[in-house]
Amino acid sequence: MTTALKPKHQRLVLVVLALVVLIGAALLAIWGLRGQASYFYVPSDLVASPPETGKAVRLGGMVQEGSIKTLPDGVTVTFDVGDGKVTVPVRYTGITPDLFVEGSGVVADGRLAADGVFVADTLLAKHDENYMPRELQDMTDAQAKAVVAETE
Amino acid sequence: MIAEAGLALLWFAAALAVLQLFTSLMTLRGGDGSGEMGGIVRPAAIMQGPLVALSFAMLMWLFIRTDLSVLLVAANSHSAKPFIFKVAGTWGNHEGSMLLWVTVMALSGSFLALVERRLPERTMIATLAAQAFVSLGFYAFLLFSSNPFERLLTPVAEGNGLNPLLQDIGLAFHPPTLYVGYVGLSVAFSFAVGALITREVGPAFARAMRPWVLGSWIFLTIGITAGSYWAYYELGWGGWWFWDPVENASLMPWLAATALLHSASVLASRDALRTWTIMLGVVAFSMSMVGTFLVRSGILTSVHAFAVDPERGTFILALLTIYIGGALALFGARASTVSEGKRFSIVSREAGLVVNNVALTAILGIVLLGTLYPLLTEAFDTKVSVGPPYFNPVGAIFAFPMFVALAIGPLLRWRSDRFGRIGKRLILPAVVTVIVLGGALMFAPDIHILPLLGLGMAIGLGIASLVPLFGRNLLRTPLPTYGMVLGHFGLAVALFGMASESAFSTEKLVAANVGDRVDVGPWSIELTSMEPVAGPNWTALEATMTARYEDGSPVMLHPQSRTFTQPQQTTSESALSTRWNGQLYAVVGEEGADGRWQLRLWWKPFVPLVWLGGLLIALGGVLALIGRVAGDVRRGLQRRRIAMRRESKPLAAATTGPAE
Repeated sequence: MTTALKPKHQRLVLVVLALVVLIGAALLAIWGLRGQASYFYVPSDLVASPPETGKAVRLGGMVQEGSIKTLPDGVTVTFDVGDGKVTVPVRYTGITPDLFVEGSGVVADGRLAADGVFVADTLLAKHDENYMPRELQDMTDAQAKAVVAETE
Repeated sequence: MIAEAGLALLWFAAALAVLQLFTSLMTLRGGDGSGEMGGIVRPAAIMQGPLVALSFAMLMWLFIRTDLSVLLVAANSHSAKPFIFKVAGTWGNHEGSMLLWVTVMALSGSFLALVERRLPERTMIATLAAQAFVSLGFYAFLLFSSNPFERLLTPVAEGNGLNPLLQDIGLAFHPPTLYVGYVGLSVAFSFAVGALITREVGPAFARAMRPWVLGSWIFLTIGITAGSYWAYYELGWGGWWFWDPVENASLMPWLAATALLHSASVLASRDALRTWTIMLGVVAFSMSMVGTFLVRSGILTSVHAFAVDPERGTFILALLTIYIGGALALFGARASTVSEGKRFSIVSREAGLVVNNVALTAILGIVLLGTLYPLLTEAFDTKVSVGPPYFNPVGAIFAFPMFVALAIGPLLRWRSDRFGRIGKRLILPAVVTVIVLGGALMFAPDIHILPLLGLGMAIGLGIASLVPLFGRNLLRTPLPTYGMVLGHFGLAVALFGMASESAFSTEKLVAANVGDRVDVGPWSIELTSMEPVAGPNWTALEATMTARYEDGSPVMLHPQSRTFTQPQQTTSESALSTRWNGQLYAVVGEEGADGRWQLRLWWKPFVPLVWLGGLLIALGGVLALIGRVAGDVRRGLQRRRIAMRRESKPLAAATTGPAE
């Protein structure tokens, strides 16, 4: 049947077909992005308007002084992340990143559990000036000062 | 003086690029391309390669000597660094890597001008004009905003050192490999522009462009495979692909190049898909520019991103806009004048390749949108990140139909075919796929849908990819056919590795005392000791683990927690033990207050197949490239011989000249 088509028509059919698929891909992508992108929260936002329990989000802030505790299993740590206003308890099971220390910035990928604890799957710590989680750059200027002032 | 000489060489090369652009444009305006000016174009292009290469050698020399009066060296090197990393440090930073990019670009320009003689001279001049235009942008970028040879007013006593994560042999090869790939696509782009300008879009253009696309595709494949392996063992996270923006930046040009490779082969052998091939040439280069922009501007953070510099980002964005905007404008103006290609039926190899192209382009769009989405939302003050939960399922929707087309397509004939003819040859792969799907469901009922489909597809595809060789005389099968078979088989191998890793990996995270035993999968691992060790510029705590696979003989593993002295930073060095059926992956963490050590262990069945598959794909490309180039050389010699015979015996040659 296609063999009967004139070349011009065949080109048209191909173009239309490709467009349909590509537009379909774009729509799927937008749909997927709306559903699957994980939003970034600072502790105040997380407390003010908490995300659905179990939905993947990122939490960024400063690790509070004196808050890091290792649980008896030896591989789970709990700590508080704050932004100078409020703090959120976080639980993480795994090997913590090298520069994960109290008073430094951290971004946690994870979800809010039903008990109000943020359960992290991965932690990103501020490495050095050349590499730090992007979200923390904005924070360190404005909010880190407040955090430091508070802990002093 | 070395730094000044390097800079002077760079300026000289840039001036030659101006000359190349000017003379080629004058020639194109003048007419047939044989004018006096036209004679300058090629030599101007040929000269640039050695000049820039020499300039790059100067920079490398500065790094080897650790000349601390040069800003770049002081900022990125250190006198106590091992020699190999002093050399690799040349391109382990922004300026150096851009100089490397320009070096590769200038060398390919030289090579192109030196050897490519098949196209009409006018098209060639137009191609070299486009090449000069692209190079000029990069020369300007280097000279005006990223001068690698900048001096310090007062030399410093010691350099800053190189990011420890990058002090790895992986770094020595990863970026250069990708750059060769990116630059190869810029040559394909120049060909496309040249063909559009002179309206010579046909099989000859596709044949001239194809080796460049193939070559850059091979390098991209190797680069991505190596990068994935590097991230796997260096980051210590146990994953081999994170959908990190920088990884995506290398994947997108690869997807476009893969599509271009296939559509160029349709154009070369069947003279169809003309405008589409041109379009893909533009898209492929755009993607390598987008990739460079994303990585070099620091607009996205990732494990690899270095420094944030808005000025450079703006510069690359401007280049991107000029090239892509210009090319699209030219495309819009000329596309309608590209005459129709040949027709084909809905069941034909061309149609199979159209499915491949459309699916690859769709995946490309999905990856691109997912990579740019965080930037887009940030403009509206919402910060998001996009990861595997988006990329995996949405990409798979297009990847799996493409795999089906991949199994069927190579069996179809060009132009027109019937499914009835090839049906029998597909029975075996189809049956095996069904058996694997059923078997996997029976033995691992809680397997996720994507790994399940991946396993089934991988086995079926592995068989189907070999079917084109059945019933052929293997000695007389052309090399490019072997290349295709091997490339497709490699994809099946990689897919199997990916599916198996995500379906069957087991992980154990414990705090253990020296002497404790840990079981993970079929392995039993004992933490034998923890010892301090020292390297040239680091100290480390090294664990010794005695691992046994079932009741086999013990294997020793030595993961480290390594602290670099300059700059001060700790990294974890994973330890791997590879068997034919998988890999054991061990990482050691911190010592707890009670003296126990954190250990993280994975057993990843068949994970090495991910990279083995990648290498097979690249090897397939190499076979195809050798086959194509050898064919071109043979045809070139034949043509010359015929021409010579025609001169000596005009009549005899006309009747007995061998058909091509």
